[in-house]
Amino acid sequence: MSIDLKTIKHISKLSRISVDDKKAEKLAGDLNSIFDFIEKLSELKTDNVQPLTSVAETTLKLRPDEIKSKNIREQILKNSPADNEDFFVVPKVVE
Amino acid sequence: MSDITRQSLNSLVKNIKEKKLSSYEITKSFVERSEKSKKLNAYITEDFSNALVKAKKFDDSPNFDLKLPGIPIAVKDLFCTNGIKTTAASKILNNFIPTYESTVTQNIWDEGGILLGKLNCDEFAMGSSNETSYFGNVQNPIDENLVPGGSSGGSAAAVSGQLTPVTIGTDTGGSIRQPASFTGTVGLKPTYGSCSRYGIVAFASSLDQAGPMAQNVEDCALLQEVISTYDPKDSTSIDFKRNQYRKELSKNIKGKKIGIPKEYRVDGMPKEIEELWQKGIQHIKNCGAEIVDISLPHTSYALPTYYIVAPAEASSNLARYDGVKYGFRSEGYNLIDMYEKTRSEGFGSEVQRRIMIGTYVLSSGYYDAYYLKAQKVRRLIKSDFDEAYKLVDAILTPSTPSSAFKIGEKKDDPISMYLNDIFTVPVNLAGLPAISIPAGHDAKGYPLGLQIIGKAFAEQEILDIAYAMEEKIEFKNKINDWWM
Repeated sequence: MSIDLKTIKHISKLSRISVDDKKAEKLAGDLNSIFDFIEKLSELKTDNVQPLTSVAETTLKLRPDEIKSKNIREQILKNSPADNEDFFVVPKVVE
Repeated sequence: MSDITRQSLNSLVKNIKEKKLSSYEITKSFVERSEKSKKLNAYITEDFSNALVKAKKFDDSPNFDLKLPGIPIAVKDLFCTNGIKTTAASKILNNFIPTYESTVTQNIWDEGGILLGKLNCDEFAMGSSNETSYFGNVQNPIDENLVPGGSSGGSAAAVSGQLTPVTIGTDTGGSIRQPASFTGTVGLKPTYGSCSRYGIVAFASSLDQAGPMAQNVEDCALLQEVISTYDPKDSTSIDFKRNQYRKELSKNIKGKKIGIPKEYRVDGMPKEIEELWQKGIQHIKNCGAEIVDISLPHTSYALPTYYIVAPAEASSNLARYDGVKYGFRSEGYNLIDMYEKTRSEGFGSEVQRRIMIGTYVLSSGYYDAYYLKAQKVRRLIKSDFDEAYKLVDAILTPSTPSSAFKIGEKKDDPISMYLNDIFTVPVNLAGLPAISIPAGHDAKGYPLGLQIIGKAFAEQEILDIAYAMEEKIEFKNKINDWWM
């Protein structure tokens, strides 16, 4: 299997990480060697195996949906790179 | 008292309870030693002056019923600490101040622990050498040219360098046990669901688990007793009967059956690791336990499985870092451009690589071939252990395929870096508890560890085995304070 530059650009778009050509080439090399290594799994027949999604064999418990934190709006907004009054600010999305 | 930092946690607790030492004296000793140890780069954030204030406060109205009465403790910078910067060793969280406390750290403060500071680690816990940290690599107290292992490298260095009596790390594929092995310390990865994940910066949610790191097994047991609680705030936290791990600690392992998996005898494993393993087997026998040869046939598929499952979950968990509500932001000409630049500049190269792998294996057309396949193989790996535990009570293996390697040695070769976790990763995939204890030195004098893997929720059993072996091994860490 081979991951080409086009695929790298596609994954970079999906993962919202900008990648220039030089970085894309480095990534393609790295990912190809990692996927060569991962390819070992194809040796195994797994048609009748149930996928394991969680080792915690427990049913999700319910709890009351209560607000427990105090009013921490200010501290939360303080972590924001850009805020205005009570809002987070992002680049303009509508004209 | 200059020897305070050399004392074990249990002896510090005893000395406080018997009023032979004050919390202030102890805290001051660790602060002073930490101040003199900047070269190790073990801390990302120091909280020394607050720690001294809290220690004084403890001494003014001490509560000796607590399990960690006035004991200063530094923690991995992956645990959210309310009001104190928490970075996950990433540029993207460089200025993040949590508004809440992780359950595990809260448990420590509730039992009288005092925060010393936040310890360095690999960025988002992705790494095996602490070289991916935005805040620079950590040096191993054993030798300045060596990595301390990772991802809990700062934690391991801080315990073995005596900057903190004990610490907590997190382990997704070996991140507690491998650095413990590289620094001559003890590290326990509990059963998945034993310690709450609430407030821990998420890497791979189905694998992540917090655990104690200490100078000896008894200290490790005490800290595990404190941090392991059922927590409704973590939906995968499991409500099982937890032992009083330290109180119930016993060296009597007579009649226990310990499995030796033949698949862990991997190609190219150094002779000294094999010898270490044989010595461990002899110790087990001398303790009156029985050795049983077992097979874990899918062992060699564990790493490839891990490098699908962990990046897949990471790519999903790390989608939240978008430069909007917290953390680093890079300006862009529109919203998407802002996201892409923020993530490209905010994440380091190993994190980007793993997000890319994860995104790819989850993307349309590849999901079945990679992600689903890996989940199926994960089932096979877990079944291997289920079968083995019909025959034995626990399993003994080396912790790592080699001793600590040199800084920079594997930095540019991801596969050889990943291979370091070959003995630790299967345990995470199966959700089992495992402990690494220092068991000897290689020809260069670097420490080597042995790993004891238990049945789910059998922390007490592996702590007991470790405790019994520790007495026979009589390990002495060779640290000459080269950095001071």
